[in-house]
Amino acid sequence: MIKQFGRFAALRGVDAKFEAGRLYVILGDNGAGKTTLLRALAGLAQPTKGKISILGKSPEQACREIGYMAHPSLLYDEMSGMENLRYFARLYDIPGDRRCQEVIRAVKLDPELRRQVGQYSHGMRQRMSLARAILHDPGILLLDEPFSNVDVDSAGEMVGLLTSMRNDGKTIFVVTHQAALLEGSADEFVRMQAGKIVDRTSRLGRELPGASTQ
Amino acid sequence: MSSLRSITLATLAKDIRLEWGSKDALNSMLFFSLLVVVIFSFSFDPNAEESRQIAGGLIWVAFLFAAVVALNQTWSRELRNQVLDAYRVSPAPANALFLAKALGNFLLVSILEGLMAPLFIIFYNLRALGPAWQLMPVALLGTWALVVNGTFFAAVSLRTRSREIMLPLLLFPISIPAVQSMVEATRIILAGDGSARFWIVLLLTYDVVFTTACLALFETVLQAE
Repeated sequence: MIKQFGRFAALRGVDAKFEAGRLYVILGDNGAGKTTLLRALAGLAQPTKGKISILGKSPEQACREIGYMAHPSLLYDEMSGMENLRYFARLYDIPGDRRCQEVIRAVKLDPELRRQVGQYSHGMRQRMSLARAILHDPGILLLDEPFSNVDVDSAGEMVGLLTSMRNDGKTIFVVTHQAALLEGSADEFVRMQAGKIVDRTSRLGRELPGASTQ
Repeated sequence: MSSLRSITLATLAKDIRLEWGSKDALNSMLFFSLLVVVIFSFSFDPNAEESRQIAGGLIWVAFLFAAVVALNQTWSRELRNQVLDAYRVSPAPANALFLAKALGNFLLVSILEGLMAPLFIIFYNLRALGPAWQLMPVALLGTWALVVNGTFFAAVSLRTRSREIMLPLLLFPISIPAVQSMVEATRIILAGDGSARFWIVLLLTYDVVFTTACLALFETVLQAE
């Protein structure tokens, strides 16, 4: 797959196959193409050349199976977390509040919290964003920098949640600069450089970016 | 169809709730329209007959300019935190989002018209010589004509750098037939100058054609990178 923005090629020939039920950590320097790859998998960026097949379908056709967490929160700042999730639940035909409360508790937040998302700390916003991504119980999770500005304890809790989801058969892609957090949980570390996948290993080598980040 | 309706209503309810909380669009539109009414009434000081001739143009141009203020804000909430991406990755139909935004704008502009109409009547000493009830279909069809295209072109100009300028550039030329129909129909009804039927039918046709076109094209606009 090639993805160009004008004359700039963000992805310069990514050719890869990912198995279901595994946790992949995508690593690479800034501008390596990690976010573009994730956006293409989510169906938000159309490949300039090549195609993506998710469970035999295009990303748009497989959208019910995909949960996407971007770097920005993808939440309305003027609404509470529960109100946000209630709205997004309607987009996926999820009735009632039960599932919303369930996922908010799963990310260790309080469903009764009336504070607007705009008044949340960055870490709380990240967790609420994760709750939105897993709301419709997707089989594939695409997470872009889920641990950025999250304290170590909260990040540990998020890793625990992702690990249990992977153990339940979900396929998870995590773009992060803090790969060390996922060292014990990840099945594969995928290293990108200049728009290409240059390395795939099952162990986090010390030379990989993010390996020493705690 | 039920999913289209329920998502349209959920999105509309969310937008109304957010607008009710901030009143950003409504306040800006009201302030702008109020300025137009007051400034024009002091500038022209028309008699009753002159008012009937110019009021149609004045009212609709004021509402068109005021609507642009609301239309520009329609999508800005969806751009903050890239919330629009959350909608794009969901299975929700694109047209539900478009209809909710268009209905929300229709509601806002209708509220504005309801609040400003008495002021226009007082400041310009207006009294319809023709069938005044016909102003209602003109207002409904005219408002829909403005907001349906406005909502669509606001989405088109969403990713452009100077979208505040881009929207009127795209919207005004394409709105000329609708604005002319609204102005002529209003003038005819106010002045009791024959039948406004032709202009009302033209407005209805315009609404049907452009609503269909916007619905057919919106998914492409939404998915554009």
